[in-house]
Amino acid sequence: MDLYEYQGKELSRRYGIPVSEGRLATTPDEARAAAEELGGQVVVKAQVLTGGRGKAGGIKLAEGPDDARAKAEQILGLDIRGHVVRKLWIERASEIAKEYYLSITFDRGAKKPLLMLTTQGGIDIEEVAEKSPEALARLHVDPLEGFQPYQARRLIYGAGIDDPNEQKQVLALVGKLYEAFVGCDAMLCEVNPLIVTPQGEVKALDSKFSVDDNALYKHPEIAEMRDLDAAPAEERAAREKGVTYVKLDGEVGILGNGAGLVMSTLDVIALAGGRPANFCDLGGGGDAQGVVDALEVIGADPQVRSIFFNIFGGITRCDEVARGILQALDRMTIEHPIVVRLDGTNAEEGREILAEASPPNLHAEPTMLEAAGRAVEFAR
Amino acid sequence: MAIIVDNETRLVVQGLTGSEGSFHGTRNKRYGTNVVAGVTPGKGGQDVDGIPVFDTVADAVAETHANTSMIFVPARFAADAIYEAVDAGIRTVICIAEGLPAHEMLRIYAYIRPKGVTMLGPNCPGALSPGKANVGIIPAEIFSPGSIGLVSRSGTLTYQIGHELTQLGLGNSTIVGIGGDPIVGSSFVDVLEKFEADDETEYVVMVGEIGGEEEEKAARFIEAHMTKPVVAYIAGFTAPPGKTMGHAGAIISGSSGTAEAKKRALEACGVRVGTSPTEVARLAADVAGAHA
Repeated sequence: MDLYEYQGKELSRRYGIPVSEGRLATTPDEARAAAEELGGQVVVKAQVLTGGRGKAGGIKLAEGPDDARAKAEQILGLDIRGHVVRKLWIERASEIAKEYYLSITFDRGAKKPLLMLTTQGGIDIEEVAEKSPEALARLHVDPLEGFQPYQARRLIYGAGIDDPNEQKQVLALVGKLYEAFVGCDAMLCEVNPLIVTPQGEVKALDSKFSVDDNALYKHPEIAEMRDLDAAPAEERAAREKGVTYVKLDGEVGILGNGAGLVMSTLDVIALAGGRPANFCDLGGGGDAQGVVDALEVIGADPQVRSIFFNIFGGITRCDEVARGILQALDRMTIEHPIVVRLDGTNAEEGREILAEASPPNLHAEPTMLEAAGRAVEFAR
Repeated sequence: MAIIVDNETRLVVQGLTGSEGSFHGTRNKRYGTNVVAGVTPGKGGQDVDGIPVFDTVADAVAETHANTSMIFVPARFAADAIYEAVDAGIRTVICIAEGLPAHEMLRIYAYIRPKGVTMLGPNCPGALSPGKANVGIIPAEIFSPGSIGLVSRSGTLTYQIGHELTQLGLGNSTIVGIGGDPIVGSSFVDVLEKFEADDETEYVVMVGEIGGEEEEKAARFIEAHMTKPVVAYIAGFTAPPGKTMGHAGAIISGSSGTAEAKKRALEACGVRVGTSPTEVARLAADVAGAHA
């Protein structure tokens, strides 16, 4: 789960990482009030779960309350890479002498947390890694040993930070960020930029946290930070019903059992010349209620023109799934043609059950490839 | 011989008294797996379908000489269960449970590797050596004994491919589900290494998906170390970046972990990659035919 900057900063503050004081605002008037409370120059920052806010005009300096109100009016409602700005973070402006970059990522390849520090902050880190890899200090932490201060020292020397006052502050900050990384079960903690003010104070000007969904049960206060309104309407409905669903932008609705098989189904639709409308995994079961919930979510997408129901029966037998499909169709009306492919355990019985009932808009096909072709034809 | 599970397997099921644990534990036993014990704290002395239940894994190992554990406890207890198994001397841990926090799995991985413990999962369907042993939730009916090793990050997709192989008259030495999480106990390379050393395995089918770089590492391993032919399938060519596709590990981060990159890496190392489950089964049949 990705967090907004203001949420990341709240967590940062909890772990003692220095951040600027700020307020959340959702209207121009709230932005004005926040600027008044904070006093002086403020920065009005769009809160969206994507990068490139600055370039898109989502971050603006304001001279005072009235200016903050005006800037908020410009930024609210902006579309930044498909994310509409609904929230603003109004923060006391910082003077910037230097911009560094610090992050801890979850390195799947090495199976260890990875610390990265460079004095070339404020820009895209993948660019730094590509163009001047020697400027990027990198170090893995053994998950059992945990973070040790010498690791931060190596990073600091490696990145070439030589001011003793800065070294001391960065050393402390790396330790605190690692504590936050482990303490929040984060998959990513990124501070870009990490700034040094003209007075020599080091602080996190931005904050990007991503937290492991599987660990949210341990962190109810972070789980509550999820912004349900940020997801597409179909994904919100799916979450409420407990359906695993990802919205895509094609015309063939997809429903299958098992994540790998569903991914493969999307690819087969593309091979057949169509475009998948979604990813939807029924999981192991194929009970009627699960099918109803999934079909409701898929059918609510106005772009969908046909539905491909791709089931491989393992322990869940195809005859059970076939009955589930029929019960589901009894309980709801689906206008789109549905192509069903049943294979695996008791596939014959399943197909017979469907053939006997033969609901008008249901078409059975014996193989995944033939079914995909048919579903794509219907979507044309 | 087969790999990971076979006639030498003596299985303890942690969480045997739960509904999933008892369903699959007794199913594995009926298949012919040597299921020697169950463990549920507080239920020691009971039995499930004749399988004795112990309070601790240490008791189960002492009494029954169990050497393999299958973890069927809820996610929040799974890390504890894995440590308990390893500390009791279990050499093979198969974690079916899903939803383990990734940080916990990092620590488990760092703990078990130096001990030489083999682990599959979490969030995996287990391992099946047809005719010998089935540990996990793989439907054994759709597979037959043979010489193809099958290794995959997914469950049903593996069954689909196994089913297509069976229809082409091809059987399997062992089917291994390594799991769909970002950090799993065994990587493709770990399993490929075992297949290379296994005298029953003649060919390998590898089924990958988006996310991480284990398929790329496998490609380099195959080129450098494998004498047995490998064909592959990768799922997720149409997956958008930044979205988790069902499996916690199936996510394209930035520009890394795409299906296209994995396919290119495999092909660059001489591994043929099928575009659909049907095609990869045909590729496997081609390879088997050419070597027959």
